[in-house]
Amino acid sequence: MNEPSASGPEQLLVGLAGQQNAGKSTTFNMLTGANQHIANYPGVTVDKKTGFYRHRGVRVETVDLPGTYSLTSFSLEERVARDFLISEKPDVIVNVVDASSLKRSLYFTFQVLEMGFPVAVALNMMDVAKRNGTHVDVSALEHRLGVSVIPTIGRKRQGKTELQDAILDTANRKAHHPLRINYEELESAVQILKDRLDESALAEKYPTRWLAVKLLEGDSEAERIAGEFFGKECEELKMAETIRREFEEDHYLNVPDYMVGCRDRLATDIISTCVTETRDGRDRVSETIDKIVLNRFAAPIFLIATVFVIYQLSIVKGYELTVYWWPILAKLRAMVAGVLPAAGILEDPYIRSMGLWMVDSANALLNYIPIFLILFSLIAILEDSGYMARIAFILDKLFHSFGLHGQSTLPYILGGVFAGGCAVPGVMSTKGIPDERSRMATILTVPYMNCLAKIPFYTLLINVFFAPYKSWAMLFLSTVTIFVALLVAKLLTATVLKHMETAPFVMELPKYHPPTLFGVGQRAIERTWQYIKKVGSIVVAVSVCVFTLLQFPGISDEKQAYFDGEMANAVSTFQTKIAQTPYANQFKDEAALVSMINVYNDFKTARLNTKGAEASKRLSEKFQANYPEQFKFLKPRTDKAAKKVNKALRGLVSTRKSLRRQIKEAQIETSFLGMVGRSLEPVTRWAGFNWKINVAILSSFAARESSVATIGVLYQQGADDNKSLEDRMGAEAGAGGFSPLHALAIMVFFALYPPCLATTIMIKVQTGSYKWMVFSMLFPTTLGFITACLIFTGGSLLNLSGIQMMGVFYAAVVLTTMCAGLFKSWKRKPGPLPDLRQAPKPL
Amino acid sequence: MLSCEMEINMPGPKRRQHCRANCNMLRDIKPGRRAKIRCHHATGAVRQRLLDLGFVPETEVEVIRKAPLGDPIECCVANYTVALRKSEADLIEVECD
Repeated sequence: MNEPSASGPEQLLVGLAGQQNAGKSTTFNMLTGANQHIANYPGVTVDKKTGFYRHRGVRVETVDLPGTYSLTSFSLEERVARDFLISEKPDVIVNVVDASSLKRSLYFTFQVLEMGFPVAVALNMMDVAKRNGTHVDVSALEHRLGVSVIPTIGRKRQGKTELQDAILDTANRKAHHPLRINYEELESAVQILKDRLDESALAEKYPTRWLAVKLLEGDSEAERIAGEFFGKECEELKMAETIRREFEEDHYLNVPDYMVGCRDRLATDIISTCVTETRDGRDRVSETIDKIVLNRFAAPIFLIATVFVIYQLSIVKGYELTVYWWPILAKLRAMVAGVLPAAGILEDPYIRSMGLWMVDSANALLNYIPIFLILFSLIAILEDSGYMARIAFILDKLFHSFGLHGQSTLPYILGGVFAGGCAVPGVMSTKGIPDERSRMATILTVPYMNCLAKIPFYTLLINVFFAPYKSWAMLFLSTVTIFVALLVAKLLTATVLKHMETAPFVMELPKYHPPTLFGVGQRAIERTWQYIKKVGSIVVAVSVCVFTLLQFPGISDEKQAYFDGEMANAVSTFQTKIAQTPYANQFKDEAALVSMINVYNDFKTARLNTKGAEASKRLSEKFQANYPEQFKFLKPRTDKAAKKVNKALRGLVSTRKSLRRQIKEAQIETSFLGMVGRSLEPVTRWAGFNWKINVAILSSFAARESSVATIGVLYQQGADDNKSLEDRMGAEAGAGGFSPLHALAIMVFFALYPPCLATTIMIKVQTGSYKWMVFSMLFPTTLGFITACLIFTGGSLLNLSGIQMMGVFYAAVVLTTMCAGLFKSWKRKPGPLPDLRQAPKPL
Repeated sequence: MLSCEMEINMPGPKRRQHCRANCNMLRDIKPGRRAKIRCHHATGAVRQRLLDLGFVPETEVEVIRKAPLGDPIECCVANYTVALRKSEADLIEVECD
């Protein structure tokens, strides 16, 4: 501890400690104004967060400790919090306490006081306590605890200055006389052990009374400390053991239980002197809401309604917003296109095509930003209001029978249960699940949800092959993935995850709070930002790799010469056609010709996108103003010579377009990725995939969106301008024997196929192991491929049509899931550190 | 009133004195009923978690409702609500009023 000088220190280290749902995060924000998570959902704050503020000339560094219910060594968060306190020895600990459930909070306060730190108590949620009819006598509490107690309302930023003053005063105070917990009949034993520890060098590093108490309680961490210092067979450990045994023999009560009792009696006593309840202190508002929302019959209705509202507002309304958002992205693309070197007569410079490819890949993903902002705001509202914890409560049984946890709901919703989400924030949000096995199972199954990027691919295939059953096919895809995810979770928890730690489902259902605009906005933006970062870094980087793999080694010289020759022919045909016109000389120069072609193409694209006579008139005026020289060839009107040029130009542009397409297809076919796709064909044909599909699947690993782009390139053969990709694919498919069964196999494979690269990286971060990251790629690929083979080969053998097979497959999956849910294959494993000194069990 | 006629044989007078009759597991308490926590059969992390959340011996607990699917159950203990699975509620011995 830094010894404060007479005038006080210039720098302070403050640790913010408290239980979950006590408003620690809001208090942290109030003190430092830093950006941080605020939630009502237990367990959101896991990371160590630091902020600074200045008060009365002192720089105060504030560390937000993990929110835990106590400071034992049973969970990682508790150990993290405790290690920080012991190793960093903060000058002051601010204990955030929930005034509306003071008694429980006191258990935690006792533990902090016992560690011997200077403590200031922030008595938070005074408004809730008042609403519930609880009156806390602050000065009496101060007197009993022997530390400063400051009433605060974190959400409304009330009590900020007072708390900051109290922190400085506590740091400057020379002598502290905090409350000492009296362990009654064990008090003498604690004292003996403490005295013994005081004589050793351990006294410099650890608060000895705390260590003595913990040794008596048999805390594994305290035993480790003593064991390391004195040796495993030391007197101190033996002494604690003897005291414990003797006490248990005398009292028929084990020491930890007795100590809990002592603390509980003390807490009860403090409550009785400091708290007066005008009512019974219960939150009537929350109880009334719960009575309706958690009603056996109404609960499912509310749940479905909530999901439906989220879907309507985010996915449906969000898509409508993208209509306004997309032009901004298109402008961005145009800006980049303007900076890049101009297009060539036949082929574009490499930098241009790569640059545009990158922008297109990013834009495809950035287009979803409005959807995600709405989706993440709504989810933040659910979390902050307290309803998310209720959803976990309602669905826990269902999830638990598949080895998951009630708190798997949030990751699944973020991942896109109802067609539209992103696995990256989904995997990130698994942090809150306390049960390690369920957490792993959730991480590994969130990617099966329908992320937004899978939708365009589904839509494409459904429109081509399942046009009459559009909504059925979409419903099939969005629900079958949930069943598959549950099945996979069951399979994994019964096999590879079998020996992982599990934890009990004991979860506080926080009181309902109206969410704050700041809190909701902050988290929605934070999660959307995670998504943008993913697009900005990983997806763009991988898209460059995919682009390169699709370009190189490039087409052979002979083919190149052939294409060049064809283009030269087309140009000379054009020149001959216009030779008689007065404009012939204008197009002698290649650059002029290319610029004319580009203007022509721009005009054509723009015209396709404008509707109505008024708009197209405006467009013509715009082009006339921008390209006064070239406009007459776009819309020749009465000029006969210009009309001739226009006609020749049309021929040239169409030849150029078809040549460019042929080059691109030849390029992909001979590219590295094309080679891989072809070499996989003998295997993948069992699933009905040709090499084009293989290439699309391979390229989609960067980001799902690329699959549609790649398919677009591969199926553009012979397309003319008015045909959509759907038509082209359909036409070629018909010729090539591509059936709805093929499409079904591909869609199912795509639904089960590994997470995109960004998600796998997030899986690495969350599981902390490359092993699981690799597993998360290999397992779904194998599963998806086997399923696709079953669908395709099985369907072909049984002579089933695509839609029939869809029904058969769906029924099979649903039945298997139901059977798996009823089948209990594992027994609960005990917690991480089984306590062997259990109470004598009543028989 | 729930009838709990479990015959409990405990080693030692103190426990016997506490547990004459009316003993039950929290799991068996019907929604809407109150009971007093007697002791935990859980060990280690589970026990600690229950204690931290206020399931301390001698505390009153009210079972509020079961989840729509029957599990977990919602309890009110010391002015706030906690949800716990039946398997955990099966480890908490209570005394009915």
